[in-house]
Amino acid sequence: MSLCIKVENLSKRYRLGSLKQQDGTLRDVLASALKKSFSGSKTKNDTDILWALRDVDFEVQQGSTLGIIGGNGAGKSTLLKILSRITKPTSGRIEIKGRVGSLLEVGTGFHQDLTGRENVYLNGAILGMKRREIEKKFDDIVNFAEVERFINTPVKFYSSGMYTRLAFAVAAHFEPEILIIDEVLAVGDAAFQRKCLGKMNEVANDGRTVLFVSHNAGALHQICRTGLYLERGQMKNFGEIKTVLAQYQADNDKGGSVKTEDRQNPLAIGDGQVRFIDWRLTDASTRQPHSMFSREKTNFEFTLVCKRRSLSVHFKLTLFDERNNEIYVAHNLAGGVRETELEIGIYKVNWHCDLPIKAGTYRFLAEVYSDHGEGVLDAWEALPKLTVLPVSEHTLSAEFQGLVNTPVTFEINFENLSA
Amino acid sequence: MITGQRQEAIDKSLFEANVESQVSKIPSIIIEPSQHWLNLDLLSIWNYRELLYFLALRDIQIRYKQTLIGIVWVLLQPILTTIVFSVLFSSIGQGTAQDIPYPLFAFSGFTIWTFFNAAIFNSSNSLINHTGLITKVFFPRLIIPISAVGAILLDLFFGLLSLLVVMLIYHATPNWTVIFAPFFLFIILLLALGLGILLSAVSVRYRDVKYILPFALQLWLFVSPVFYSLKVLPQKAIWLWKLNPIAGALDGFRAALFGQEFDVYGIAVSIFISVIIFLFAVYVFHRMEDGFADVI
Repeated sequence: MSLCIKVENLSKRYRLGSLKQQDGTLRDVLASALKKSFSGSKTKNDTDILWALRDVDFEVQQGSTLGIIGGNGAGKSTLLKILSRITKPTSGRIEIKGRVGSLLEVGTGFHQDLTGRENVYLNGAILGMKRREIEKKFDDIVNFAEVERFINTPVKFYSSGMYTRLAFAVAAHFEPEILIIDEVLAVGDAAFQRKCLGKMNEVANDGRTVLFVSHNAGALHQICRTGLYLERGQMKNFGEIKTVLAQYQADNDKGGSVKTEDRQNPLAIGDGQVRFIDWRLTDASTRQPHSMFSREKTNFEFTLVCKRRSLSVHFKLTLFDERNNEIYVAHNLAGGVRETELEIGIYKVNWHCDLPIKAGTYRFLAEVYSDHGEGVLDAWEALPKLTVLPVSEHTLSAEFQGLVNTPVTFEINFENLSA
Repeated sequence: MITGQRQEAIDKSLFEANVESQVSKIPSIIIEPSQHWLNLDLLSIWNYRELLYFLALRDIQIRYKQTLIGIVWVLLQPILTTIVFSVLFSSIGQGTAQDIPYPLFAFSGFTIWTFFNAAIFNSSNSLINHTGLITKVFFPRLIIPISAVGAILLDLFFGLLSLLVVMLIYHATPNWTVIFAPFFLFIILLLALGLGILLSAVSVRYRDVKYILPFALQLWLFVSPVFYSLKVLPQKAIWLWKLNPIAGALDGFRAALFGQEFDVYGIAVSIFISVIIFLFAVYVFHRMEDGFADVI
């Protein structure tokens, strides 16, 4: 494998004054020039300087997938912006081999008044695709986005779901050698997010290089092989994704104070203000909190601690079998609850499920998302795992069962003895 | 016969070899703190010509979506101004226009001026209007103000068509010298591009441009030979008027159209200043563009 990205001593400095002067007019500049000439001092205050990145050094092999993680203000976005050549570093050097495509936002350049078709061409051109390339992939893009009927309608009449799907579809069909993705997955419903993850896996398996920033530990774990952990502009860890994620999560949990540390598995993301801390089955006939019988209707109860005010959220529960197949996904929308408002306090989140699954051990992931674009607030791989016991009258062992274990009636009839 | 599985393996190894060779062929991109020199970087703009086209197209599409008569608005402006000026200045007009009817003289001027005015206005605001693109995607930033001028070229095309119609109405057939007209249009285009590029970069930092510009362009119209000829001016002041870069080009355009004598001195000044402004603009733009994403 050859070297694909080489980053050496990369630093980026922002002067806070210039950030404040975003809407600076001539008047401000003249005023500050006058002030300077009167005071006579030209020394820059050190507190006005922010190092968004400081001496970052790493290498990425061609065909590998790098996950970048870190809290707010860690420098993740700045790093991506420099790699995508949107802004220049203050010092240091990067060498990149190959065409870089960056998706820092879904639907950059989409215009409300233009039709879906016009936007696909425009957005493709903005991403750096050739017109012939877009023409060739146009049907695939529209199919992926599932908007065939509305492709000649201005996108302002689209639902937000359709809009996002179309925007992502264009990006997903863009095939640079190096793909840089920033939190694109924070949008869309669960099914669509899965579709996106699938597409990214496809890209990664294609021998192309992927750089991916996300707060979603699960997604990072699934897609990336190496991880880069940034904190306040500096590299905290770089290496195998498991180790990097573990350190990030350990560091993050130190910050929490309430009994959120009590939970069995420290794997955590988000700012720590919303945390699942425990789970149990409330009405299993096994009379045990973490095991149930196959085919049993039961209630999963999660305890959730929220330390923030008026937070609009939705929930998701995903069940995996031993082979890591996603076998069951429950969403509060599917449960008929559109929106939930959280206040500071402790909540009991209940899922009433009917799970006709075979006996075995299952791990599951409980997630809570913000409705305000912050993405995942917490994703907890619940521990202990769920144990499903065989239905008592069943004599067959688990390996003779399929994933789904619904009741069956079997009969065999004698029809005719052929002549 | 090759079995399916083996075929697959062969395909895979071919694909890998392909990727490998592609990678070794790809030139490296180096990202470093910027050095400043006068760098037109025409090659990268050429590589992004499709984006240039799509951005200009988008500009045009947006401007006329949800309007009833679309492009007619573009023509209405010079036509109405010409009517107003023809009525107001009919007395001066007789002296200024020489052998061509005053409305024709004024309309040719306003057609060009409307383009010039709109091109500068559109491109100087273009970077601010594309904040989303600048902070989220990489491409040569010069594409944005250039495409903004490009979008106005369509208006110029319809303007010139209507000018042709007006000429037919006044039975003024174009002289053979009309083949030089594109050259003068090119100078005006270059000047508009230069000013648009310069002002777009400056307005990223100083939004004042947006407020000063309409007023400045209004003043500029009055000191340019758009609705009057340089010939009405006192002889002593004419050299000063000719320092105005649009004056020579505009006069040259009319001379080419109506077969008048070319004023070589005025044209030379116009070319010289336009080129200088354009190069200066590109230089300033390149110096400032690295900061666009941080400042805008």
